[in-house]
Amino acid sequence: MDIATLAFSALFQFGDAFAFLVLSACGLAVIFGMMGVINLAHGEFIMCGAYITATCTHAGLPLPLSIIVGALVSALVGMLVEFVVVRHLYDRPLDTIVATWGLSLIATQGTLIVIGSTMAGVGTPFGSFQVGAYSYSIYRIVLFFAALGVLGGLYALFNWTSFGVKARATIQVPHMADALGVDTRWIYSLTFACGAGLAGLAGGLYAPTMTLVPTMGATFIMEAFVTVVIGGADVFLGTAPAAAVLGVVKSAMTSWQGQLFGQIGLLVAVIIVVRVLPKGISGFLLRERT
Amino acid sequence: MSLMSLFHHLEGPQTKGRGPAFWAAFGVALLAALAYPLFSDGYTVGNTAYFFVWVFIALSLCLIWGYGGALSFGQTAFFGIAGYGYGILTLNFGAAYGFTLIAVLIAIAIAAVVALLLGYFMFFGRIEGVFLGIVTLAVTLMLERFMAQTAGPEWRIGAARLNGFNGMSGMPPITIPWFDGPIVLVADIGLYYFILALVIFVYLGLRILVNSSFGNVIVAIRENPERAEMLGYDIRKYQLINFVIGAALAGLSGVLYTAWGQYITPSSMGMTSAALPLIWVAVGGRSDLTSTLIGTLVVLAGFQALTIYGSQYALVVMGVLLVLTVLIAPNGLVLGAMNVIGRIGARTKRERP
Repeated sequence: MDIATLAFSALFQFGDAFAFLVLSACGLAVIFGMMGVINLAHGEFIMCGAYITATCTHAGLPLPLSIIVGALVSALVGMLVEFVVVRHLYDRPLDTIVATWGLSLIATQGTLIVIGSTMAGVGTPFGSFQVGAYSYSIYRIVLFFAALGVLGGLYALFNWTSFGVKARATIQVPHMADALGVDTRWIYSLTFACGAGLAGLAGGLYAPTMTLVPTMGATFIMEAFVTVVIGGADVFLGTAPAAAVLGVVKSAMTSWQGQLFGQIGLLVAVIIVVRVLPKGISGFLLRERT
Repeated sequence: MSLMSLFHHLEGPQTKGRGPAFWAAFGVALLAALAYPLFSDGYTVGNTAYFFVWVFIALSLCLIWGYGGALSFGQTAFFGIAGYGYGILTLNFGAAYGFTLIAVLIAIAIAAVVALLLGYFMFFGRIEGVFLGIVTLAVTLMLERFMAQTAGPEWRIGAARLNGFNGMSGMPPITIPWFDGPIVLVADIGLYYFILALVIFVYLGLRILVNSSFGNVIVAIRENPERAEMLGYDIRKYQLINFVIGAALAGLSGVLYTAWGQYITPSSMGMTSAALPLIWVAVGGRSDLTSTLIGTLVVLAGFQALTIYGSQYALVVMGVLLVLTVLIAPNGLVLGAMNVIGRIGARTKRERP
């Protein structure tokens, strides 16, 4: 095998890991960055997106449209959850973790009761292509660009729209934004819906690549947590670089010792980074900047 | 510290319940617990012992989260580490010469050492509330995934095969060497008294701990870390010690669980298993040991009763219970009830001349 195919293989692995980390973490990061709240039902929003996507494709919708429907439904559910539970807990971040965990338990077991232990999956589209001795799934490349697209979309949303300006004002000084006429409650609500929608999108995008079970959310959350912990509160200065760094760690460990060691590598990286950079990469970068 | 001052700390600012009325109630509850096997059969008593197994992990979470203010999802990990530790040790070295008791201690020590390592990185890295929860949860999930893939024959430690998702089984129960033959504590009346004694010992010991100066510093850190630090306490050390004590208690639960059922599986460290102690403690009242103890036993009994209809339904009810508790009675239901009783007691005392 020559250097070029090896390099391509490494690059492909990295892109795959990067996409997985960005997509599974960005919804969590948006909510955390905005409200300092960790949504432990994050995995269940991903599950919701995946299930809705699968249901829609079974009903005959094309896959891209199904994924969008899945994301939208997750966003709506997120808004409902925010309205019923999370809204009352903004001054108690630890209690939000606990309450959203309760929701996660309800969602997982509820799905198990209503739908059963598995659901018919969706086939992976686009097939594969050959480089050197290995074949690669084209869909993985689509996922990589989807991750870049999500990051770009979030950048545009938070920098170029009136919602983004209000949201950033609310992050910085909530009561000031409130005094200037921003409906901060509504902003919080929308942000939570946005985070849930992104989780749903991740679920929809990964639905064709995995088996659909009620506990599938748990596959994503460890990676999502790890990325958010290392990244810190900012999506662009935190989540994206964290996903890039962790993507290297994960793909290297995975190709060296297998999937599990990729995940163990992530965990060890986190524990070490937490010791060195308690506020995550974004905290580090922002401190350097000021 | 003299023995008398130890007893003096059984009551104090950090625990509910004081005075003759409380200790009379404690005595009655203790007598009832002691007499209970006389009115029941061995199987049911063994089942009740199973409830008591979980008390330690609940109390550990109460200590770390309720008193220390550090939300840890890692208790289940320490539970699992000690449980597997006990299994591996006893499967390798057998139960003769009271080795199971030594295995219990070693297994708990392993959990404590892991907590010391993890806690060092977390507390000395000064990560805060929410992140602490996520890092500990990530560790727990990772451990579950790791144990679940150990099905192959290459995953063995000495004579003990880890057996992947099916878990380990067949380890000997706790055996106490005695003059006329060893006493084997299978899930029966003997084990019930053994665990009951541990529950009482740990409960009273923790009352003393949280009312001692150590406990007061821990609560001070929960209330305001900066203030505690300004007063000259190295809060990282206090948090770390508290975390390690909690991990050892969770480990005790794990060891007893493994010895009780003579099996342990990776799913005892999964998301669902990690959620349950949190529910008991939150529903009971996390900032008080007695509330946690009562809450744990009541919720467990309720859960057991509901499981008849299927564990999914029981778990949904548990989830609803947790969400409602956080929304409506954030201090916990049992603690709220105890506060009401306390107020009524105080009022009647005032009315009497």
